[in-house]
Amino acid sequence: MNITGEDLILACSAIGAGLAVIAGIGPGIGQGIAAGHGAAAVGRNPGAKGDIMSTMLLGQAVAETTGLYGLLVAMLLLFVKPLV
Amino acid sequence: MNNAILMSAGADNIDFMIHGIISYKLFGQTVWITTSHVCILIVMLLMIALAIAANRAMKHAKEIPEGFQNVIELMVEKLDGVVYGTMGKIAAPKFVNYISTIFVFILLSNISGLFGLRPPTADYGTTFALGLITFCLIHITQFKNLPMKQIWTDMCSPLPPWLPIWFPINLISEIAVPVSLSLRLFANVLSGTVMMALVYGLLSKFAYFWPGALHAYFDLFSGAIQTYVFCMLTMTYISQNYETE
Repeated sequence: MNITGEDLILACSAIGAGLAVIAGIGPGIGQGIAAGHGAAAVGRNPGAKGDIMSTMLLGQAVAETTGLYGLLVAMLLLFVKPLV
Repeated sequence: MNNAILMSAGADNIDFMIHGIISYKLFGQTVWITTSHVCILIVMLLMIALAIAANRAMKHAKEIPEGFQNVIELMVEKLDGVVYGTMGKIAAPKFVNYISTIFVFILLSNISGLFGLRPPTADYGTTFALGLITFCLIHITQFKNLPMKQIWTDMCSPLPPWLPIWFPINLISEIAVPVSLSLRLFANVLSGTVMMALVYGLLSKFAYFWPGALHAYFDLFSGAIQTYVFCMLTMTYISQNYETE
């Protein structure tokens, strides 16, 4: 079986895409911490549930960005194939 | 789409790319009218139809609202409440129209995946244009409302203004605002689109009824959250320039 240079690049791109998605660990931890503190805040002050929810969701969506950058890199490597 | 990795998984009907429809020459470059343009056109026609219907309904407005007038009043009141709550009484009247418009536009774009369109916000061209508008608004309001001296002090912020070592770093953080805003929206909607395409392409024999739950999460929940986040961040960035008043 002959492995051409392009095959090698495609295989390494797939490995790189898998490594890039490890970036999802960070937002997972961050969103979990935000949700935990949100739950604690609702427990302390149930009247402010609406405000706490919207602030928590905003913070989580912003924290999600770094994970999405990893996802974008993975998608670029898999589907756009910039290195081939 | 010639894709070795997905082809080897036995799926040749996975399709989430943007397709060109008509090409034309412009200054020697080939420019494409793509599916994103068509989907944006559909969303815009829907918005225009909604606006005309709302205008009709409000012309015959009744003291006790009923039917469609209720829906319009509810929408406008909710959006007004969000904008006034975030931006304050001075800045809000200038931006409430713009923020409400992009809110409805992004929301309809994100939800359009539910109706079989490819969401226009899953094209980086759309979201980057929205990010650029936000960037221009931030800096126009900044130069309008703050004195030059204070802008310079802010740009050199941790160090005193006569020592502009931090100026390049602050400049990069200013440029990162529209990029991160647009990439956040784009990547969220794109990930939903790709996930649904994979579900329908790879599990096409089993994909009955239960992808509805995925649609509810990716299209409705995630789309609404990202719309809210985009508008919220735009408002926060703009209203930072009004703090001194």
